[in-house]
Amino acid sequence: MTAILELESISKQFPGVKALNDVRFESQAGEVHALLGENGAGKSTLIKVISGVHKPDTGTMKIEGMPVHFDNPRQAQLQGIATIYQELSLYPELTVAENIFMGHGMRRRMGPFSVLDWKAMNEKSLELLTSLNIHDLDPHRKVGALTVGNRQRVEIAKALSLNARVLIMDEPTAALTEADVVRLFEIVRLLKQRGVSIIYISHRLQEVFDLADRVTVLRDGHYVDTKPVSETSEDDLIRMMVGRTINDLFPKLPSEVTHEVLEVRDLCCKPLTKNVTMTVRAGEIVGLAGLVGSGRSELAQVVFGITPAESGQVLIEGKPVQIKSPAQAMELGVAYVPEDRGTQGLVRQMKIRENVSMAVLSTLMKGIFVDNNAENDLADKTIKQLSIRAYSREQVVNKLSGGNQQKVVVGKWLASKPKLLIMDEPTRGVDVGAKAEIHRLISELAQQGLGILMISSELPEILGMSDRILVMREGEIVAEYSRAEATQENIAAAMMSDAVRNMNNQRKLSESSKV
Amino acid sequence: MTASTHSNSGAASKKDGGFLSSLRGFFGSQEGILLIVIIVLMVAVGTSNPRFLSQTNLKDVFAANAYIAVAALGVSMVIISGNIDISSGALVGVLITLSGNLAVGLADAGWPLMLVNIIAWVAPLIGGMVIGAVNGFFVAYLRIPAIVVTLGMFSILKGGLILVAGGNTIYNLPEGYTIAQQDWLGIPSTIYFMVILTIVVFLWLRYSATGRSIYAVGGNAEAARLSGINTRRVIMITFILNGLMVGICSLMLATQFNQIQATAPPGLEMFVITAAVVGGVSILGGTGTVLGSTLAAILVKTIGSAMVFINVSPYWLKAVQGTLILVTVLVDVLRRRRQSRQ
Repeated sequence: MTAILELESISKQFPGVKALNDVRFESQAGEVHALLGENGAGKSTLIKVISGVHKPDTGTMKIEGMPVHFDNPRQAQLQGIATIYQELSLYPELTVAENIFMGHGMRRRMGPFSVLDWKAMNEKSLELLTSLNIHDLDPHRKVGALTVGNRQRVEIAKALSLNARVLIMDEPTAALTEADVVRLFEIVRLLKQRGVSIIYISHRLQEVFDLADRVTVLRDGHYVDTKPVSETSEDDLIRMMVGRTINDLFPKLPSEVTHEVLEVRDLCCKPLTKNVTMTVRAGEIVGLAGLVGSGRSELAQVVFGITPAESGQVLIEGKPVQIKSPAQAMELGVAYVPEDRGTQGLVRQMKIRENVSMAVLSTLMKGIFVDNNAENDLADKTIKQLSIRAYSREQVVNKLSGGNQQKVVVGKWLASKPKLLIMDEPTRGVDVGAKAEIHRLISELAQQGLGILMISSELPEILGMSDRILVMREGEIVAEYSRAEATQENIAAAMMSDAVRNMNNQRKLSESSKV
Repeated sequence: MTASTHSNSGAASKKDGGFLSSLRGFFGSQEGILLIVIIVLMVAVGTSNPRFLSQTNLKDVFAANAYIAVAALGVSMVIISGNIDISSGALVGVLITLSGNLAVGLADAGWPLMLVNIIAWVAPLIGGMVIGAVNGFFVAYLRIPAIVVTLGMFSILKGGLILVAGGNTIYNLPEGYTIAQQDWLGIPSTIYFMVILTIVVFLWLRYSATGRSIYAVGGNAEAARLSGINTRRVIMITFILNGLMVGICSLMLATQFNQIQATAPPGLEMFVITAAVVGGVSILGGTGTVLGSTLAAILVKTIGSAMVFINVSPYWLKAVQGTLILVTVLVDVLRRRRQSRQ
């Protein structure tokens, strides 16, 4: 077999972090090549290099042996590289055909003019969809009215309309229903037969074993290894991804677990919080595991009053409460470090001092004005306590590294002296060193008597940090494990067992129906 | 530039303390640059035509145009909160007509003059706040983009004004009504308005909790909301205060002459937005100070007056104003880009 795509010694530096360091990658025609790595390992950067979004600082990229340089995504597309991102990039107000041919419309002559040929494009769209075994999608329909699964199929058809030789799929199953996952796998296999090279990124190891031929693992921006899937195992892959003993990264301190800080009973909020019952106790770290879209963040947002509960009970330190807004949740001693610090956590053009005091400003008043000394003291104390690396409290947070920005968000919430701290993906987009520091901080906070609810998509983080682990699936809590009981396998199984089982059943069904 | 002004124009942080470095901080800020440009411009034009620096002319430049600076205070707050108001010109037209008609009408009806004047002075302030509250309600609670809301308001007010007042001139204003004509201690009253209001709004934005919230909402509304800030209330407050500033601006305009032209001053809203943007208020929200907007209002008017004195047609003023906006925004955008790359 020949390599369609070859990357050699690719490096890419971003402010404060070396995202890729001497990485190589190679994929062949008719191959599904899985790309694995923890968050922040450099997977996204690598696919952005391949698809022309980022230019590598060093290294070479070859397509069918010919060196290529992409200045923009368009050039990559013309070379047959198509990318389907996690957030689909379609135009909801345009039709299926319009989306498929966006940017490369078919034309016909009309007198002296060359005009768009919609008839041909609609016919060609239908043909493309049919070739993917999709017979229930009208090219005239608006994309906004389609299900997520159908939108993804439109994306795939769009990639084929560009004669993609390399198709990159970034966590394609993250937002799909089980039936859609089955169909997606069928399409991927179809494309593989036609000689398309597929680069497949997923956090679900099971999918890698179901679908991929080879797997490449990245860690902290470095290339680890490439292996045929048949010669590896789940443990092997996890070891390659994590690559260090878990104890270093997850400093877990002993802590005294006392009374219940949070108790929720039968909490409901459509569509993704269904009859949730759980507790978090003081001094305890409760890990909330689940696939993306399983309702973990939604649950946190219900508890924090962003989307108030429709029914069910919330008790804070044993007292029943109604939480209708973030401000109210704060008053009750609940704090929420959101998943996306850029859009939800920080005001980037403000200083560290101003961000840290934001949630508690009304308590720092002297008359009608903010008490400067109190505010400065709070900022200095936070910087010291969380070892935020900055030249002064007056530094604008935009100029801090990801890990330090995250600490500012944590600091803002600690300032409100919470009893319960909800952390949603506390180490996302943070480099490994800062990760360990944030983990130590979480552990220390629990030791000081805070109840902590930690949402994370990284199983090692969940396993390494939690005293107790809850697993969510489709809006429900489906399993609970103590620290001693929990293993990668039983959590992963609880996260997706139904999904996997249903998938296999349906696959058998569809295979038998074909015969 | 704007981000640093936020701290530098006041007491500099302890770390880089010292008088000299805080001076350097100020002159590196948008406010400092504006001040330097104004002084250089005055000296340069004054050298070629000394009459430019005469007391009467300077008084004219500052006093007759202070109303723009006052309205710019309001729109600066709105822009810092991440919104915009383009209805202020039409609102001024309505409020000066309201004030003038009230003054004349009540005086004719035989009310005591003192009371008539007070009512005629306070009415535009209240009217401004009411319209501000309506704008704010649509933006904050019904979540309609501010540019759409205030564009609609602009048309309603302007159309309504023509229907009701028909562009009439209001004469026979009662005695004592025209406070903008008065001098206190030899300085025109409008300069007091401008200076005192600028200082008050500056301090309020900088040191009050609500003032700080305006920056937070403009910088990242979602983060502000999750921090327990009532973002709707904050937006409502900025629009009401903006209405108050427009009301004070109207009061200054209405009481400037012995008669009132019952029309909206053409292009006033653009003057006001120019002052805010040139003064360093980022059009994207979240940064800037009203010290800057007031200095920029003075600069724009100084340029206008200077043109007359060096025999350049004042019709060029619009072009100069436009160039100023583009240059300032360009510098702002480039600075942000450089920052995000660092």
